Amino acid sequence: MSARRAAWLFLAPALLVLGVFFLIPVLGALVLSFTDYDLYALADLHNLRFVALGNYWALLHRPAFWAALGHTFYFVAVGVPLSLAASLGAALLLHSRLARCKAFFRTALFAPVVTTAVAMAVVWRYLFNTRYGWANHLLGMLGIHPVDWLGDPHWAMPTIILFAVWKNFGYNMIILLAGLQAIPVELYEAARIDGASAWRQFRHVSLPLLGPTLLMVAILTVSGYFQLFAEPYVMTEGGPLESTTSVLYLMYEDGFQWWNLGVASAEAFVLFLVMFAVTAAMLRLSSREQAGEAA
Amino acid sequence: MNPRLAKALVNGLLLGGALVALFPLAWMLAVSFMPPGTSNALPPPLWPANPTLDNYRQLFGHAGMWRYLLNSLLISGAITLLSLACNLLAGYAFAKLRFAGRERLFRMLLGLLVIPAQVAMLPLFLMFKYTGLVDSYAGVVLPGMATVLGIFLVRQYARGLPDELLEAARIDGASELRIFVCVVLPLLRPVVATLAILTFLTAWNDFMWPLIELTGQGHYTLPLGLASLAREHTEGTEQMMAGSVLTVLPVLVLFLSMQRHYLDGLLMGSVKG
Repeated sequence: MSARRAAWLFLAPALLVLGVFFLIPVLGALVLSFTDYDLYALADLHNLRFVALGNYWALLHRPAFWAALGHTFYFVAVGVPLSLAASLGAALLLHSRLARCKAFFRTALFAPVVTTAVAMAVVWRYLFNTRYGWANHLLGMLGIHPVDWLGDPHWAMPTIILFAVWKNFGYNMIILLAGLQAIPVELYEAARIDGASAWRQFRHVSLPLLGPTLLMVAILTVSGYFQLFAEPYVMTEGGPLESTTSVLYLMYEDGFQWWNLGVASAEAFVLFLVMFAVTAAMLRLSSREQAGEAA
Repeated sequence: MNPRLAKALVNGLLLGGALVALFPLAWMLAVSFMPPGTSNALPPPLWPANPTLDNYRQLFGHAGMWRYLLNSLLISGAITLLSLACNLLAGYAFAKLRFAGRERLFRMLLGLLVIPAQVAMLPLFLMFKYTGLVDSYAGVVLPGMATVLGIFLVRQYARGLPDELLEAARIDGASELRIFVCVVLPLLRPVVATLAILTFLTAWNDFMWPLIELTGQGHYTLPLGLASLAREHTEGTEQMMAGSVLTVLPVLVLFLSMQRHYLDGLLMGSVKG
């Protein structure tokens, strides 16, 4: 057996799985999004019609879709910076020479990442219960009136964002911690000799050298947060008043509750395009910034 | 700043952070042992005054949790084993076997990472519907049998293996498959452990695709069973917490026992390119 033939034999199972169960369905989704595939087509394929860009056109005129897109952007725009700030803060604390029991703290702060999102969302629902939840109990001790966390359209998304930050910050914390540890100690020593304060050391040594890692982490988090689904599914069922209906939640309902698979495919593709555009813009913006700094 | 004050501040903040991170887990565990109805009190209790296993007994007795637990174990176990086989073979081929178009094919695979998995879910459902695979274990396991990230991790690791060793085995007349099984696989052991725990945890916690694919309760995994109980609003707080403990505890214990491998994988996966 030649090495070349062996290579293709070794690759075959993985390529077959990725091709049949990912690549072909993705192309299929594009085709599906140009059709009116619905309950009738599901019953009899003869009812299927080609509608070209009709689904996309309809989406642009559908307030519910714009609302879902808006909720998703809200979640990303507030959730990502908060998550990154928490991750960076935790990483800096763990990296500090003053910190004790680092291994324990690292494990404790990371633990939420490996938990099951659905199960912890259930727990969160009870912790943020208006009457018996700990969140309101603690606020009450500070003399603050109880908040209807998951029942008030203004508070439901912030509650989900808090949950997402709690659940996910440990992941980026580990990556940023590794980034901090990779910065040569001499740089800090030189800064200290020059009389730089802790803040200035952070601002002029850690942050610039951590830049590329931060960007990568930010892009990964943004794409992850655009895929908001399980949290509203369990905590709010998209409500109250549809205030937590994300694009994927809408896609799930349109596709698998109402069986409008053509429409749902168009929604999936729009989300994909939006994600692509946002992450590409982030990459571009940061490369321009770097070029500006170098100049 | 005064060094002792700084030290107190850093460790105080860490302690506060750890408290926030662990409190929901601790509260969940405590409430799961409280008799039904007793956790809804003011002030909310932190400790079960009369601890009981009733909630767990109820879950296993009436709510069919055994079934969900077994389904979760079966599906996550199958995905882990099968995807290990596919990803190890492919990752090694990309790292060490020469063939035309290798780098281009690998770059194309990495390109797939840009596409969110949900785009594929609607056609995948139809595909399985027309082949009769909706509501089957196979429908969840098959799409998880190979991952780009897994192939990437194996390739990264396998690139560090010494070529001389492989050449020596080839000169001895060993077939490529034999070389893979007898020479390469033992050397890949660390990445096997890393990939195994990453895959198992991901499969265990996975929600959206199983939710679409598994339409009948008989095939539900733990997250699906728990989510459906949560949306019915019929079970009490204590029983829901017991269900959450059952769902979270296996992966948490697995993570704690293999923490180093898990974090290695996380860091390897994050240094793309």
